[in-house]
Amino acid sequence: MSTAANNPNTALTIRNLAVYFGANKVLKDVSIDIAARAVTAIIGPSGCGKSTFLRALNRMHELNPEARMEGEIKLFGDDIYSRNVEPVVVRRRVGMVFQKSNPFPTMSISENVTVGLRLNGIRDKKILNERTEQSLRMAALWDEVKDRLHAHAISLSGGQQQRLCIARALAVQPEVLLMDEPASALDPLATSKIEELILELKKEYTIVIVTHNMQQAARVSDFTAFFYIGELVEFDVTTKIFTSPSKKQTEDYVTGRFG
Amino acid sequence: MENIFETGLDALTQKLLLMASHAETAVNESVQSLMQRNHDLALRVKADDDVIDKFEVEIDEMAIQLLTKAPLATNLRLVTVAMKISQNLERIGDEATKIAKRARDLAQEPAVKVNLDLPRMAVLALAMVKDALNSFVQRDSAAARDIIPRDKEVDALNKHIHQQLAQHMMENPDTIARCLHWIVAAKSIERIADHAKNIAEEVVFLCEAQDIRHTLKN
Amino acid sequence: MTAPNHNWRKFKNTFMQTLTFACAILVVTPLVLVFYHLIKEGLSSINLAFFTQLPKPEGEDGGGMGNAIVGTFVLLAQAAVIGVPVGVLGGVYLSEYGGTKLNWWIRFAADILNGVPSITWGIVVYALMVVPMHGFSALAGGVVLGLMMIPLVMRTTEEVLQLVPGGYREAALALGISKWKTIVQIVLRTAMKGIVTGVLLALARVAGETAPLLFTALGNENWPHNLTQPIAAMPLQIFAYAIGPYNDQHRQAWAGALVLLLLVLFINIGVRFLTRDRFKPKT
Repeated sequence: MSTAANNPNTALTIRNLAVYFGANKVLKDVSIDIAARAVTAIIGPSGCGKSTFLRALNRMHELNPEARMEGEIKLFGDDIYSRNVEPVVVRRRVGMVFQKSNPFPTMSISENVTVGLRLNGIRDKKILNERTEQSLRMAALWDEVKDRLHAHAISLSGGQQQRLCIARALAVQPEVLLMDEPASALDPLATSKIEELILELKKEYTIVIVTHNMQQAARVSDFTAFFYIGELVEFDVTTKIFTSPSKKQTEDYVTGRFG
Repeated sequence: MENIFETGLDALTQKLLLMASHAETAVNESVQSLMQRNHDLALRVKADDDVIDKFEVEIDEMAIQLLTKAPLATNLRLVTVAMKISQNLERIGDEATKIAKRARDLAQEPAVKVNLDLPRMAVLALAMVKDALNSFVQRDSAAARDIIPRDKEVDALNKHIHQQLAQHMMENPDTIARCLHWIVAAKSIERIADHAKNIAEEVVFLCEAQDIRHTLKN
Repeated sequence: MTAPNHNWRKFKNTFMQTLTFACAILVVTPLVLVFYHLIKEGLSSINLAFFTQLPKPEGEDGGGMGNAIVGTFVLLAQAAVIGVPVGVLGGVYLSEYGGTKLNWWIRFAADILNGVPSITWGIVVYALMVVPMHGFSALAGGVVLGLMMIPLVMRTTEEVLQLVPGGYREAALALGISKWKTIVQIVLRTAMKGIVTGVLLALARVAGETAPLLFTALGNENWPHNLTQPIAAMPLQIFAYAIGPYNDQHRQAWAGALVLLLLVLFINIGVRFLTRDRFKPKT
């Protein structure tokens, strides 16, 4: 699965990525190509480093003052860790949705959607309104909230809040969307709505999703990476990983022998 | 926004129906080649069997892929039923090939003078296959159940043809070799009807979640 | 099916329940007594004159505490100007930046300052402001109250900010919003009610401080018009009247104490009102 670093079909090129928390080496020598406009799932038992890996892709691991990384990550050819690149800029190109939905409680629905734009200087009402509708439509939430855009964001149900967070992330027009177990706090109906949404979104966005639900990974992703104790054990087309994995560790994890 | 399984299940169903049409054509043409002593047609049927075999492999692959996504209830039954139906269709294709082989052999020799009701048997068997696939498309469990007893009629016809040929062989020992070909061909048609019955049973399972195999006194 | 110790356990349960209930009543009793006495002694003296007139010269009946009431508000305003920005921003620093040893020392210092006797504050500001300025002043009074507010507001601000779930910060940062904007527009906005509560409660605390004002504001018989002059304040006036010889003064002291208590009460009610749940989030 090798593709050139500047190939437009490769969104992220990761080479020899290592992440340390203090003296602890949490991710070891990970090299992987994330395909553009496709869904890549990251699976593995707890503590295998999958969330750390995800956070390295938008420099969010730097929020931990003891975190340190080595290696190289390129986003469509641009080195995101180069000295003259600010984390803020990277995070506008690589968005993130978290496990626990967190719409800002003091803001209305539309204010939440546009917060990333407004706080980065965009004031034009016309643009803000357009992006609000566009993002809410993309998150499959527009029809449900179009008549109450000024209602408080936390008056929405759990599944709706998570879709609002997705709309909020999309409003900034990122190139890549990272999702850290986006549906694990939701009931089955809300979960399937999120999964269908992901399948729609991948037509335009590159998506990397961490999930502990393997059937979910099989349902939504094109490629799957299996991590174990900080190492990338196997990375392949999703069907292969779940029907006939090459590594015994992958087979053991996928069949439920551990994890 | 469509359901996650819709596209995959639709594709699976479409492929299955495509395979079925190939299988039906194979049966039709093989019987035709037999009755009309058409050597070339027989060879065509043989070649087309590869296509039918390929379909079975593709459908099984698609089905396993769908299973990794953990479909449930009707979706789950649809996937497993599709695998079973494709297997039965592949066997039907094989039986058609056998008929074609006998047709090829018989065409190279003078015809046997017996009035066999083989065409009618073929018509009945083919109708069972068609109706079984229709009941699958329509998800019509009652129609599927109706197909199952029709197997008896085909069995009876096969027995009768068998007796006719046995009689003829005793009276005309020089036709034994050719009559044996005819017996085998008739047997293949009887097997085709069996497979159609199996397909109907799978359709009942899909619609009613009831496994009626080996239970009804057929 | 009763266990052998059943009756003894039942008795223990009832005993503890009664005991804790009695203690709870005991806690509320002083408040009730205070209210009762203040109302009994002071309510009759509360009239328009009390709020609008100056104190009469020694010996004469009548007059009011108008200047002291205004004075208290002037002092509180100054205290807020000093205490709120420094306290809130200090709290922001403690909560949002570092996590280092320095923070531990700052918190430690703030906790000590919160325990410093108010009279000590008064003496310190006397030395720092009253002596160089050659006189008591409203400014000095405002400064001492402001200084007392700082560690209080800083600690409550920090605690309230810590209650804001980390998820909001993460979400904002993940949108590419800078750290400072995240703090001001997201974290502070979310914690605003708690911060205002902390500020109001700190104001209520210092509104009644008497000892520090003895060394700084001193007191005044006239309406306040110059911050560099001594100023009247309610606690000072109450103190002066309470130890005075005239009954009329005593009467007014009760009224003043009641008004002061009502001020604190209203601030607390205001806080409750502000922090009420306006809507129930759907699950």
